[in-house]
Amino acid sequence: MGGFAIALQPLNLGLALGGVLVGTFVGMLPGIGPINAIAILIPVTFATGIPPESALILLVGIYYGSQYGNSISTILLNVPGTASAVVTALDGYEMTKQGRGGPALAMSAISSFVGGTLSIFALVLFAPVLAEWAIRFGPAEYFALMIFAFSALSSFSGGSLVRGLVSTALGLGLATVGLDPNSAVPRYTFGQIELLDGMDFVVVTIGLFAVSEVLQLLEDTKGGQQTAAAYGRVMISAKELAGTTWTMLRSSGLGFLVGVLPGAGSTIASFLAYSTEERIAGTSGRFGQGDIRGVAAPEAANNAAANGAMIPLLTLGVPGSGTTAVLLGALLGFGVTPGPLLIQEQPDLFWGLAASMYVGNVFLLLLNLPLVGVFVKALTLPRWFLIPGVAALAFVAVYAVNGSSFDLMLMTMFGVVGYLMRKMDFPLAPVVLGLVLGPLMEKNLRRAMSLSGGEVNVLFESPIAITLWALALASLAAPTLLRMWTRDVVAEVDAAVPTGVPDEL
Amino acid sequence: MKTRAPRPKFRRASQWFLCGFLGWSMGCSAPTDGRGWECLAPANAGGGWDLTCRSVGQVVSDLGLSPGLVRTTNLPGAGGGVAYARTVAQRGGDTNVIIAASPSTVLRLAQGQYGSLDEDDVRWIGALGAEYGILAVAADSPWNTLDDLLAAWRSDPASLVVSGGSAVAGQDHMKVLLLAHRAGIDPRLIRYVPFDGGGEAMTALLGGFVHVFSGEASEVEGQVAAGRLRVLVALSPERMEGTLASVPTAIESGVDVTWVTWRGFYVPGEIGDEAYDRWVDILRQVGASPAWDEARRTNRLQPFFMTGEEFSTFVKNQVTDFREMSREIGLIR
Repeated sequence: MGGFAIALQPLNLGLALGGVLVGTFVGMLPGIGPINAIAILIPVTFATGIPPESALILLVGIYYGSQYGNSISTILLNVPGTASAVVTALDGYEMTKQGRGGPALAMSAISSFVGGTLSIFALVLFAPVLAEWAIRFGPAEYFALMIFAFSALSSFSGGSLVRGLVSTALGLGLATVGLDPNSAVPRYTFGQIELLDGMDFVVVTIGLFAVSEVLQLLEDTKGGQQTAAAYGRVMISAKELAGTTWTMLRSSGLGFLVGVLPGAGSTIASFLAYSTEERIAGTSGRFGQGDIRGVAAPEAANNAAANGAMIPLLTLGVPGSGTTAVLLGALLGFGVTPGPLLIQEQPDLFWGLAASMYVGNVFLLLLNLPLVGVFVKALTLPRWFLIPGVAALAFVAVYAVNGSSFDLMLMTMFGVVGYLMRKMDFPLAPVVLGLVLGPLMEKNLRRAMSLSGGEVNVLFESPIAITLWALALASLAAPTLLRMWTRDVVAEVDAAVPTGVPDEL
Repeated sequence: MKTRAPRPKFRRASQWFLCGFLGWSMGCSAPTDGRGWECLAPANAGGGWDLTCRSVGQVVSDLGLSPGLVRTTNLPGAGGGVAYARTVAQRGGDTNVIIAASPSTVLRLAQGQYGSLDEDDVRWIGALGAEYGILAVAADSPWNTLDDLLAAWRSDPASLVVSGGSAVAGQDHMKVLLLAHRAGIDPRLIRYVPFDGGGEAMTALLGGFVHVFSGEASEVEGQVAAGRLRVLVALSPERMEGTLASVPTAIESGVDVTWVTWRGFYVPGEIGDEAYDRWVDILRQVGASPAWDEARRTNRLQPFFMTGEEFSTFVKNQVTDFREMSREIGLIR
């Protein structure tokens, strides 16, 4: 409660509002993430001399605020702003094409709020316990977690497992480009200094999704001035909301747990939440064809994961992502030493921050819901304006990452690749999954091997690892079992119908 | 032929528009007609080089040494290689830019990771602060001093695993190898596992997956205060300021080794002596100012101050040392 006394001070309230506003807007622009906004504001907060908790309320506000913004361009334009929003594109953009862009955006805001708020409760209640749990994740456990994440693959393969595997292999292949993570030896760089750091996620994703979307739109338009996509009601219906309650709750929990693990992060959280929900929905779901649960699951999960990542940051001093690494720098700069003692030694900071995150999430919901009406209007833009607009956005976003024209060429190439893949019905999301998970999987496998001196058994030794392997197997087997079960039911129903009746007609 | 140049006013406006839009991520890229000063951080926002640029740039502006604000531009890639190559190839004579550097830059130069470029392609102006390397073990580990650890290492080198936040042959690896080498242990027998940054490497120690953590002093303070980590040795020339003041240095323990993670700068190679001397003078004024002393403490840097020819010689000796070391343990040929 003492936390709210701090969070509700006018200055802190204003900073929380300012932070989430900035966060929403930088999150909206693909490629221009919260990391830069925070890095630029850190020296400003030092200079103004505001107390550390106030500065953190502002900076952390930008961080979680951006998790709300990142789904907007994803849903409306099929341009994922961050890796964690890629899954949202699957059903979110599909809904937009069906004229349900408004409900998709509203769903995204609401599930972000649910994921964000629930995870703050969990953060406050379980921070010390969960930090201990996260420490027990070693390389072998991370490797098993990655395998579990890959078992989500069949969800994104659009029906054909072979095509999904080909796409994943492409992503994994791309992930090997750059400096070897262990020995820093260049791999597949062909002497290009720009490739030493590997394929940047933003470059590949914007190319695959946005540029190929532009090519597709051009083809559809065939030079004529087609009118813009129609959109129906802007607000979400009570029925849609009720149907996603459990999805949001489950995804928040899952997302939070994955977020607590440094090095796993919100991308894996969103992929796992989506595939879990698809499994649970079974045949009642229309995932991939505009199912609103396909928006609710990843958005709740990636917000919960973002907040979960505050636990290792504050109690271990371990940043799980680029943005939290910058936040760590800010903490140190304010003389706050992250560690197990932080909550006891700096109660004002911890509780004030937690309370302000709660308040900030309320601000974000109040801010984002009315904005839905504004953003869907973008869809009424005529195509001759929208298509060049998306293309321009793509180029600016990619150039902003490294300021390199080489990246622009790479992005254009991936645009063509993405277009061809669409034509041949290859799913695009597994490429991103492979690209994001590939390096993590490789690094952790190699770490596990060098820790054990080459003993493969180490991968299956701990209870956590065994559980994750079992989950991965179960999740691979689930669709087959489900199909067998439903077939039995269908057979029984068939059997129950008296045979011969049709003959008598 | 009528080719009309864009109206200056419009051009200025469009530049500022672009600057505002891209500025979020790239620092402001508006042209400055050769007047403004720039600090190039060869990594993304938030890293050590970025903080070096921002904090020093701030002090330079505050002291009124620069025309206007010193802007920080992030040019990430190839562990500083992109910035190094671009400085040499495209900005060889640019007198308005300084580039942030650290031993990581030197290590990569020594190992030939910047291609054909070497340490003589740029000029080194100075360093304003430093962090020092440390080795830490878990609080419940059997080793209480560096001697204990070295004894264990001598009797069975393969039984100990070290974690660190840099790749093989990177800073955290090299400091352990250097220590082992000077203590008479064959560096090739040291087992090192790289993690993504010091935080993850330290977590691996807390989780019991490795035995020793090789990192920087600032990375371990929180866990040391909580009594979960024990720092066995500080690789500083003298005892450090602050919470780790009770930790003995390697030199005290009889092993002559230091690891200085200095934060400094280089400038393009062809700017001429006059411009070089001007930059050295500016760093000296910054280093002597109370404003820098405060900024240094905020950034948790220990005192370390070296400029001009002295620094240049220091860097070149470091390149030679690192190169010999890397060759000796078979990291490069």
